[in-house]
Amino acid sequence: MALLQIAEPGMSAAPHQHRLAVGIDLGTTNSLVASIISGAVRVLEDETGRRLLPSVVQYPAPGVAPVVGVQALAAQDADPRNTLSSIKRLMGRSLADVGPLQDMPYVFADAAGGVGIRTAAGIKTPVEISAEILRSLRLRAETALGGALTGAVITVPAYFDDAQRQATKDAARLAGLNVLRLLNEPTAAAVAYGLDNGSEGLFAVYDLGGGTFDISVLRLTNGVFEVLATGGDAALGGDDFDLRIYRWLLDSAGLDDLPPPETRRLLTLARRAKEALSDADYTIIDAQAAQRDIRLRLTRATFDELTVELVQRSLARTRSTLRDAGLAAGELTGVILVGGSTRMPNVRSAVRDFFGRDALTNLDPDQVVGIGAAMQANVLAGNRGASDWLLLDVCPLSLGLETMGGLVEKIIPRNSTLPLARAQDFTTFKDGQTAMSVHVVQGERELVSDCRSLARFELRGIPPMVAGAARIRVSFQIDADGLLSVSAREQSTGVEAAIDVRPSYGLTDEAISAMLRDALQSGGVDAQVRALREAQVEARQLIDATETALAQDGSTLLSPHERDAIAHALYALANVVETGGPDSSGALRAAAESLNLATQDFAARRMNASVQRALAGRRLEDLAPSPAADPMRSAA
Amino acid sequence: MSITLTENAARRVRSLLEKRGGIGMRLAVKTSGCSGMAYALEFADSAGPEDCRFESHGVTVLIDPRSLPYLSGTELDFVREGLNEGFKFNNPNVKNQCGCGESFTV
Repeated sequence: MALLQIAEPGMSAAPHQHRLAVGIDLGTTNSLVASIISGAVRVLEDETGRRLLPSVVQYPAPGVAPVVGVQALAAQDADPRNTLSSIKRLMGRSLADVGPLQDMPYVFADAAGGVGIRTAAGIKTPVEISAEILRSLRLRAETALGGALTGAVITVPAYFDDAQRQATKDAARLAGLNVLRLLNEPTAAAVAYGLDNGSEGLFAVYDLGGGTFDISVLRLTNGVFEVLATGGDAALGGDDFDLRIYRWLLDSAGLDDLPPPETRRLLTLARRAKEALSDADYTIIDAQAAQRDIRLRLTRATFDELTVELVQRSLARTRSTLRDAGLAAGELTGVILVGGSTRMPNVRSAVRDFFGRDALTNLDPDQVVGIGAAMQANVLAGNRGASDWLLLDVCPLSLGLETMGGLVEKIIPRNSTLPLARAQDFTTFKDGQTAMSVHVVQGERELVSDCRSLARFELRGIPPMVAGAARIRVSFQIDADGLLSVSAREQSTGVEAAIDVRPSYGLTDEAISAMLRDALQSGGVDAQVRALREAQVEARQLIDATETALAQDGSTLLSPHERDAIAHALYALANVVETGGPDSSGALRAAAESLNLATQDFAARRMNASVQRALAGRRLEDLAPSPAADPMRSAA
Repeated sequence: MSITLTENAARRVRSLLEKRGGIGMRLAVKTSGCSGMAYALEFADSAGPEDCRFESHGVTVLIDPRSLPYLSGTELDFVREGLNEGFKFNNPNVKNQCGCGESFTV
């Protein structure tokens, strides 16, 4: 029978409708899943009581289910090519992006849309591999919570770009998880400490993990976190501290390099010694290496000396990140420590000295990100009152405007974090155009007809001007609730029109992924179509301008013969525009070019004529800059 | 008849209340679910004027008078089943319950 949990007042769910939501910290080295149970955060354990799941997947053989976590980690020495770790570094990356990866013993291959790794079970992409880790966490959560999950919040590094975020979302979908939101890791840490309950502040999140160091600076305003700057070192982490102890061991014992199994054993001992020194002033290392017994005493002072350069390196990165954010260390209202390596007393004291304040450390630094994600998931799943809404979303698809020729001009790229505002200037297409239709569309494709129409409105009252002279600023704004408002304003007169839209409204996840798939598959076709449409638009503009010019000055400035030549080129171009097929963009450009050529003289004569008209009946001194100094004056 | 908590359930509720705050917990019965009625279990921040109040192992339990007839004599237990753990109603009034145990008839 089902076991019940205590809900917040007024929030108990109807039977069979419990909204089970989890937060997942999908880490480079370790991952974990947490949830809110009876109002308290719990990091969920596996059958053996472990909370951290090593982010390692082994594909032992074709057709055999992959092994995830501790067992996979144990298999890493025996089966290095099929046992994949640190996969997060490859998410959303192509082979060209990642460059040479000497430290990864894998066989890389090109896969659709990114890196692939050749394993015994075929080519696997980082998305598939991450999905195995997520699936394992999902099963753990469903067993522990006793039901299917409504959704999950998954954390990503603040510096993750669109492709990396999208890859993470795809992995979650593949693992059967409904992603409520991707949350920036430093933001999750801040949420875990309840910093979002304050109204504003500036926070630094110092995240020293097993193999990577990240520093982020966040600004909180009205319950929304904004990432001001991020920095770090992808090759600085707890492992480097272990390595320093290992080297010291070799030096002190007078040993040369050891064979790999012994190296690994000594590194494990080094890690234990490091962990022991977090609480003790010294530790004894008992080891056997090169057929010798080694017994060494490592004091905290020696350890600090061995690793001071590593700590200083992290502080140098911190300093430059603060500089990027335009802040001084003293301006911050809080500092949060994340990652198991921040348990080291020398790291803590260095961070304290650097910022001149004590960092927040009372939550487990290994779990704080997952805890924040779980708290956010609980709110998003609707298990708390609406007053707790804290929205830090990204928009799932690009938003843009229709421009001439049925093309989409993207204003907000997909996965931009909310809230945000973007503006772009547009202009009129025809002479004397007094109104403009603003058509807001959503999607990744180049043509309006392939995207989803969200809203349309008109801006009227543009003063009549020649084509291209008006400046109309169109602003897109998405607030923290995901509500899009679009406004258009003619800059010289200030006439304005606006509309509110809900961008994700009515679009299911399937629709979003179908649109994305579509966009990826038809990228080449779209580019061709775009080129054609652009050529057509340019041709029409040229035809309009030539017709206007002919009507004004054709009879006075051109001989009948010249006039015919222009009319002929004009007709030829119009013909290609009207009847040209999908491959006519080359023909269009050629026809436009010959019309340009045919009108070259005409354009020059018009220019002269208009200068003459402007100057007719005016005396030279009226045009001269300083008539008083002009000696011609008295003579006239 | 009163409402009681097992020692185990009371210990759990006390520790949850310590972390969260609040004056106690509220039990209720709602008319919904596949077998007609369903339990609701919530934290209580305030008591209504008509609420019945019980004390069990140091935990205050609030029940609205309409729910009381269906819950009278109930013992609330906290159990662990494998990885899953949670609260369980031992309600003598129940004649039938759906397979999941979340919903029941009296």
